Amino acid sequence: MKLITAVIKPFRLDEVKTALQELGVNGLTVTEASGYGRQRGHTEVYRGAEYQVDLVPKVRLEVVVDDADADPAIDAIVRSAATGKIGDGKVWAVPVETVVRVRTGERGPDAV
Amino acid sequence: MPVPKRRAVTLSLCPHLTLPHPEERFPVLTLYSSAPLTATLAAAEGPDTGDTAWLLAATALVLLMTPGLALFYGGMVRTKSVLNMLLMSFVSIALVTVVWLLAGYSLAFGDDAFAGLIGGFDHLGLAGIGPQTLTGTVPTLLFTTFQLTFAILTTALISGAIADRTKFAAWLVFVPVWALLVYVPVAHWVWGPDGWISSSLGALDFAGGLVVEIASGASGLALVLVIGPRIGFKKDAMRPHNLPMVLMGAGLLWFGWLGFNGGSALGANGLAAASLLNTLLAGCTGLLGWLFVEQRRDGHPTTFGAASGAVAGLVAITPACGVVGVLGAAVVGLAAGVVCSYAVAWKFRFDYDDSLDVVGVHLVGGVVGTLLIGLFATATMTEGAEGLFYGGGLAQLGKQTVAVLVVAAYTFAVTYGIGKAIDKLMGFRASAEDEQTGLDQTHHAETAYDHGVLVSPMKGSNAS
Repeated sequence: MKLITAVIKPFRLDEVKTALQELGVNGLTVTEASGYGRQRGHTEVYRGAEYQVDLVPKVRLEVVVDDADADPAIDAIVRSAATGKIGDGKVWAVPVETVVRVRTGERGPDAV
Repeated sequence: MPVPKRRAVTLSLCPHLTLPHPEERFPVLTLYSSAPLTATLAAAEGPDTGDTAWLLAATALVLLMTPGLALFYGGMVRTKSVLNMLLMSFVSIALVTVVWLLAGYSLAFGDDAFAGLIGGFDHLGLAGIGPQTLTGTVPTLLFTTFQLTFAILTTALISGAIADRTKFAAWLVFVPVWALLVYVPVAHWVWGPDGWISSSLGALDFAGGLVVEIASGASGLALVLVIGPRIGFKKDAMRPHNLPMVLMGAGLLWFGWLGFNGGSALGANGLAAASLLNTLLAGCTGLLGWLFVEQRRDGHPTTFGAASGAVAGLVAITPACGVVGVLGAAVVGLAAGVVCSYAVAWKFRFDYDDSLDVVGVHLVGGVVGTLLIGLFATATMTEGAEGLFYGGGLAQLGKQTVAVLVVAAYTFAVTYGIGKAIDKLMGFRASAEDEQTGLDQTHHAETAYDHGVLVSPMKGSNAS
């Protein structure tokens, strides 16, 4: 099993969700996040005082899938999150040792 | 807003007035029942009901300005001390009301006790004032309540300069002391019976450029110098946390300001109408002026700029609304919007943390409005004094300048003294730890916004 984490532009979330659902990925956890990469931030002005806002709002989504599904899922996220502009985000995957479904106690791939 | 002498009663049916052709009037009156006739006769002995009705409404309008100010300021601070900011305004309502009725009214509006500087003790606790007592054409109880709402707002205004870092207990001590030692004397000088600024000097301040705006602005500056800047001033981002709240507050202030300035005519008449119109207009030109500067200087017109510009225009027209014409009001508002949009940057250059720009908007706007009276006062409004542009020469400008300097110096100096004394006595400033954690949590044990799903179980209840 693999944990796929993606940090994407907030307004692409719906497209990414749809793309994953089409693959049969049924669970997803989303967190509002802030950060910066090459995009850097922007400037805001209040009563003439300038503030450099370095941390840009992003959405961080996490999903656990079977090993075989990992690459198609990553591809789906990348395809649906891309706008071609700077700040589109990152996707990465790490191996997962075990997963338990709390309601039934199932373990491993069955719990995904 | 000088206390008017008892106005000549112009009612046509007063028994003691000699009417030129009384018999000509009666046929008209017989069209109505006898009820209005009786009411009219009784009115000659009591208050003017029209004036009283308007001033009752205006008083309620002005009272709403302080909660409006609370929202205006509350939106500008960070989430961790918004409740503290709101509460500083709300406790001002409670504290100032008590001291005003105990002593403030008597010292400000009682008969002059010494050289136009302070009123007497005759009306401590409103002694000698009943429902029948009149000031001008309105009940004195209403007049004192109207004036009270001014004292409340002026005191609350100061809190913006010392936002985010003031020990709440110190504020509770400061408010009543400041209201009595600073607000009350200045109110007497300008509006009290035989107050020296209106009677001897002859400077004009219709609704509070000196008493409200300059007094609160100069006092805010004094307190900033006593307690010092917020931790992280000029370094950390201290963005307003809720601009919709700021705009809502500005809207409520604007709404209430119509009662503040329109009510200062102390009657339901043409002067009230003119003041109200001038107030609306100056808010508009102030807003446009500020936005214009922002567009040119920063590249974007902002909501915060619009709210600030409207308030700057309203501040400046406060002393002038009843003494300038419509054109004058437009210029006063515009000038304040432009000047204040630059003045708010002075705190960064000169290194004083006037957190929410009480100096940049209220002191500077108040000075702009009070001085421009010297240029734009017109005899059609003042029935006497005229500014430079209306043929009055430089005399009025000179008087306005003296009044500005004296009021600014007095309020700054006495407030600085009060601030230092309180600081010595109990500490005026919250501890660094409390400030960094946020005053909402450390001083009030509350959180303004419950964003989270992580709630802990209840510990108990004092209410049960």
